[in-house]
Amino acid sequence: MITMESVSKSYSTGVPALNNVSLHIDKGEFVFIVGDSGSGKSTLIKLLLREITPTSGRIIVNNYEVNKLRRRKVAKFRRNIGVVFQDFRLLKDRNVYENVAFAQRVIEVPTRQIRKNVPAMLSLVGLAEKYKAKPKQLSGGEQQRVALARALVNNPPILLADEPTGNLDPRNSWEIMKLLEEINRRGTTVLVVTHNREIVNAMRKRVITVKKGVIVSDEQKGEYIDED
Amino acid sequence: MRISTLAYVLKQGFKNIFNNKIFSLASIATMGACIFLFGIFYSILVNVQYSVKEAESNVAVTVFFDEDIDDARVQEIGGLIASRPEVSNIVYVSAEEAWEGFKVDYLGEYAEGYEGDNPLEGSDNYEIYLKDVSKQTELVNYLKSVSGVREVNHSDITANILSNINTLIYYVSAGIVAILLAVSLFLISNTVIMGIAVRREEISIMKLIGAKDFIVRSPFVIEGILIGLIGSAVPLVAIYFIYTNVIVYAVDQFSALSDILKFMSVDELFRQLTPVALILGVGIGFLGSSWAVHKRLKV
Repeated sequence: MITMESVSKSYSTGVPALNNVSLHIDKGEFVFIVGDSGSGKSTLIKLLLREITPTSGRIIVNNYEVNKLRRRKVAKFRRNIGVVFQDFRLLKDRNVYENVAFAQRVIEVPTRQIRKNVPAMLSLVGLAEKYKAKPKQLSGGEQQRVALARALVNNPPILLADEPTGNLDPRNSWEIMKLLEEINRRGTTVLVVTHNREIVNAMRKRVITVKKGVIVSDEQKGEYIDED
Repeated sequence: MRISTLAYVLKQGFKNIFNNKIFSLASIATMGACIFLFGIFYSILVNVQYSVKEAESNVAVTVFFDEDIDDARVQEIGGLIASRPEVSNIVYVSAEEAWEGFKVDYLGEYAEGYEGDNPLEGSDNYEIYLKDVSKQTELVNYLKSVSGVREVNHSDITANILSNINTLIYYVSAGIVAILLAVSLFLISNTVIMGIAVRREEISIMKLIGAKDFIVRSPFVIEGILIGLIGSAVPLVAIYFIYTNVIVYAVDQFSALSDILKFMSVDELFRQLTPVALILGVGIGFLGSSWAVHKRLKV
């Protein structure tokens, strides 16, 4: 599903953000990517989303060779990856339904289909009854659920969650993680970038640890490894 | 493209205008002012040109023939002149008609003593009217070279003045349009750039979701086109009422000028002005927004 072969990325400063990284993630896996600030996690995400291209190496995501992807093919490629962020990134002027429908409208899904898909997705994340609420009327956990629904409504094979619990209290964090686990059980490959040691250690999933642009450990049923 | 997609893009274009009210209104107002000025200048220039064309149609070159010329050669010369591309109309004036005209114009009641005489014997001629007075010198040179032509009368001053007025009008209008075009382009592109900045978050989400360039960009282009359309339609209505009232007022108050100034009817003017102003408005809107999107919206 995701393969990185000897991938390096240096920015204009010359400092390598990623250095000769190789990894492979199979379809249906649930993987934590952990590491401190500046370790290269953000660069890794940007590379997978083809927001940037590697300085060297090869990246394959769902049979797309990302580093060789032509600009006009990028939009179609990105439909393979649903993304959620720490700050939710919801459209504040639109209600819950419209935020989720937005993801379908912009990829030209017929309106009739949108009217079926959005309520189904809102039911999955437990927000069917709050479809008319504006983001500011929701709690942080509920906003992250809306963001998840938006990321998943187009049925991407991969879900990339960048610090999904970073702005949430422990109770809401666990609810989001349970939801991600449920999504993974339904067949979606899930990558979670996080700092949350408690969650990583409790869930006993594959953990890839990145430090100074290099993968320092990759363990099935792993734990959060301390920096030092 | 799906109808629902088109509807979505159009709706977003309208929403952009409402979400960015102050800048949109400023752009529409400035665009409206530019198109209004353009329309006023256009109306004046078209009317001046209209008057000039009317005046041009009364400028004639007169050709007199050799005394011993026969009628067949006169007709032959007439045919040669009529076939010239710059000639719009040619009128044969016999010596008798020339004398009758002279009597009416200059002698009046004193013409009685000349009965039976024609002092203008041998003054039969062709009056030649041109499509474009700037070609008069060219025609005169040709006429002088034609065998059987004794004299060619023409007015270089009138022809040159009219020709110069036409040229001046052309350059003045081109200059005004160019300046207004540049100002409007700048304003619309700035409005769209502001809209892009306001919606930066939404644009980044659209890109991550996998929206095509067309879906991301077109609402901003539509915003520019709508601003151009509204900004050109409003002043057209204003000009319509102003022009109608100005003509009525001018004809009433300055009837002495009616021989010099020929006003185009409002319907005739708007048949020309409406498509020009709308195309200009929409064109500026499209170009301004496309430029802004190209510069500031990398997808």
